[in-house]
Amino acid sequence: MPVNFILITLLALLIFGFILGRARSIKVATEVRNGRYNLHSRPYYYGYMIALWAGIPSLLILLLWTGFDSSIVTSLTASDLPSEIQELSKDERSLVINEIINLAESGKADVNSSEPKLQAAAHYLSLKNISLMAKTVVVFALAILGIIIGLRFVKPEFRARNQVEKIVRWVMIGCASIAILTTFGIVLSVLFESLQFFKSVPFTDFLFGTHWNPQTAIREDQVGGSGSFGAIPLFTGTLLISAIALTIAVPIGLMTAIYLSEYANQAVRSIAKPVLEILAGIPTVVYGFFAALTVAPFIRETGEAIGLHPSSESALAAGVVMGVMIIPFVSSLSDDVISAVPQAMRDGSYGMGATKSETIRQVVIPAALPGIVGGVLLAASRAIGETMIVVMAAGLAANLTANPLEAVTTITVQIVTLLTGDQEFDSPKTLAAFALGLGLFTVTLILNVISLHVVRKYREQYE
Amino acid sequence: MVTAMTDTTKEKQMTDQRDSINDRVANKESESNAADNRSSMDDIHKNEEFDIEINGTVGKPFVDNVKMSSRNCDVFYGDKQAIFDVNVDIGNHEILAMIGPSGCGKSTYLRVLNRMNDTIPICRVTGEHKLDGEDIYSKKMDPVLLRARVGMVFQKPNPFPKSIYDNVAYGAKLHGLVRTRSDLDDLVEKSLIRAGLWKEVKDDLHKPGTGLSGGQQQRLCIARTIAVDPEVILMDEPTSALDPIATALIEELMIELSGKYTIAIVTHSMQQAARVSNRTAYFHLGKLVEVNETDKVFTNPEHKLTENYITGRFG
Ligand SMILES: Nc1ncnc2c1ncn2[C@@H]1O[C@H](COP(=O)(O)OP(=O)(O)OP(=O)(O)O)[C@@H](O)[C@H]1O
Ligand SMILES: [Mg+2]
Repeated sequence: MPVNFILITLLALLIFGFILGRARSIKVATEVRNGRYNLHSRPYYYGYMIALWAGIPSLLILLLWTGFDSSIVTSLTASDLPSEIQELSKDERSLVINEIINLAESGKADVNSSEPKLQAAAHYLSLKNISLMAKTVVVFALAILGIIIGLRFVKPEFRARNQVEKIVRWVMIGCASIAILTTFGIVLSVLFESLQFFKSVPFTDFLFGTHWNPQTAIREDQVGGSGSFGAIPLFTGTLLISAIALTIAVPIGLMTAIYLSEYANQAVRSIAKPVLEILAGIPTVVYGFFAALTVAPFIRETGEAIGLHPSSESALAAGVVMGVMIIPFVSSLSDDVISAVPQAMRDGSYGMGATKSETIRQVVIPAALPGIVGGVLLAASRAIGETMIVVMAAGLAANLTANPLEAVTTITVQIVTLLTGDQEFDSPKTLAAFALGLGLFTVTLILNVISLHVVRKYREQYE
Repeated sequence: MVTAMTDTTKEKQMTDQRDSINDRVANKESESNAADNRSSMDDIHKNEEFDIEINGTVGKPFVDNVKMSSRNCDVFYGDKQAIFDVNVDIGNHEILAMIGPSGCGKSTYLRVLNRMNDTIPICRVTGEHKLDGEDIYSKKMDPVLLRARVGMVFQKPNPFPKSIYDNVAYGAKLHGLVRTRSDLDDLVEKSLIRAGLWKEVKDDLHKPGTGLSGGQQQRLCIARTIAVDPEVILMDEPTSALDPIATALIEELMIELSGKYTIAIVTHSMQQAARVSNRTAYFHLGKLVEVNETDKVFTNPEHKLTENYITGRFG
């Protein structure tokens, strides 16, 4: 039986086990008084228990067997091959074995399939069949055994609920660990690659260097000199653009949220909120060419009109457009938390003769602050991680400057440029991407910790 | 014990009144307990008593020395009418108690008096309402200024997400009632003492007000209302979460405050109405059934519904 068929049958068995367990628990119980039984747990818990007893071992075996059987069968086939094939080199042997497996699976012999190969293919097929048969038998046997053993445990005083809930808890722990372990895995791999990078470029040069020019020689014979990997211009560029974006998005977003939740009537709200959320759904590429083709020229012309000389690509253009992009993150979340502030709290303030704006400033905003900070944080991480707009509007030049009218570049943009195009995967140029990633991760982590701390402090004070 | 009451005769009179009424209410209550044990025939009986028609307000709804007044007051929540043609005066330095079954519109009427209903979009108030002869619903009247004059203690305690100190100082700071920090400190302390909360919180003034117990929050809300020194104080079940000692303290505070302010209080405790109020108003299904001197309401009510209510036959 193929695996999916085994699974379906197994599922049917489990349902059967569930019904059996539930029925049995009702049968072994005695009625104490009108409709109450002396069972420890409710009947369906006994059903789940049986299903788990039958399901967990058999599924585990099924999983392991399916995972390992092809490699075992292959190695068995290989060890039975005639000695002249055995003596071939490792690469050639695996080529032959592949040929045999193909032969077995397609079932079509062609001109160069020799007699020993045909034999081996037949051998492979029979092994495969035996394995499948055995697997089916073992899995079903385990499931049925599980049901039988489980049924013996169904007694009124048996704590089926506790057992089932314990298993469910482990399943949940398992799910939670997957997320955590994945994060750990990513961080570790980035860390490891970064360490590789720091072998060729000193850590201090990377962290404190003010010059970024990652062009190293790709081939030995190329004249290109050694690149310089000072990350400071990238970090300042990232911070500059994010700061511009937040300066735009936070006040506008917050004001929007206050207007929508406190002043706007239902009709305005029901139109404005979805429209704002559409703003969040526009692809960043669209924002990008908007920034490059409309905003950047506008800034250049305006700058020239007042006697400044902005470059054609500027941090300001990217920052402004990015700010518009993240307004919905601030406004939507803030609107939700402001609306969630209980009306009774506002009433308390109005009842003391406070005006609407006094109430908003002194009661509503403080009460909603943790949520507002959350929204701003989300917006900030979007800004820091944004790539497309910067590529298109702020350029690739790693200038170390605080002047928003000059071209700058950000960490994410440089990661993209480092990893696109052809290069070796162990050159410092490529590995620098991992170091930048690590830096970005550290910065966002620090930001998160700080704001969590602020929010917690605030909560302690006011909750 | 707070004894700021200057008018000792008034106090004496109140005490007498309280005692006699308390006896009477207690008697009626034991009667009603007995009634509870009777068969379901009584429920039908109750419904009949429920059906008595209400034609205008009986008793003495109007007074000479008027502080606030309402004429032809109707209140609607959307299409649903919650208050029907209420006509009543609240006298200067008087304590008016409002009693009645749950949902009969006591809170709604109280909120009419400082335009708190403005904050409920579907709520519509009609009729003529005056404070010191001024129409409080006229275009000229700013509800913000009105509420500074007519303060309110809400049914559910609603402290601000601020420290205890800032909760009490909130209104005074808004209205610029004090000039120096030490004046503010004094005001906060005085208000908390009067609300009977000072002893419990004097070392924790900078802890959040929301961290207090329900009863403490209620007293905090009373403290913050009296701190702004309004002319009229509306209290919606101000002692519903308080123990007897704190309740007695708040009742004394009310009697003390009535020397200077006008007070309207909603209460479910008839003993409380009897103990503190000068007049009592009985609301029933959105209508004002009877307004009379408190001792008259509790000893010899004019309306059958009032009598049924205070003797515990329904409600
Ligand atoms: N915000 C509101 N929206 C709609 N209907 C309301 C609102 N507030 C009160 N009502 C309705 O108005 C009527 C009177 O309510 P109100 O709160 O004034 O009663 P109450 O006498 O204070 O009762 P309780 O003693 O339980 O506090 C009730 O039927 C209630 O359903
Ligand atoms: Mg009420």
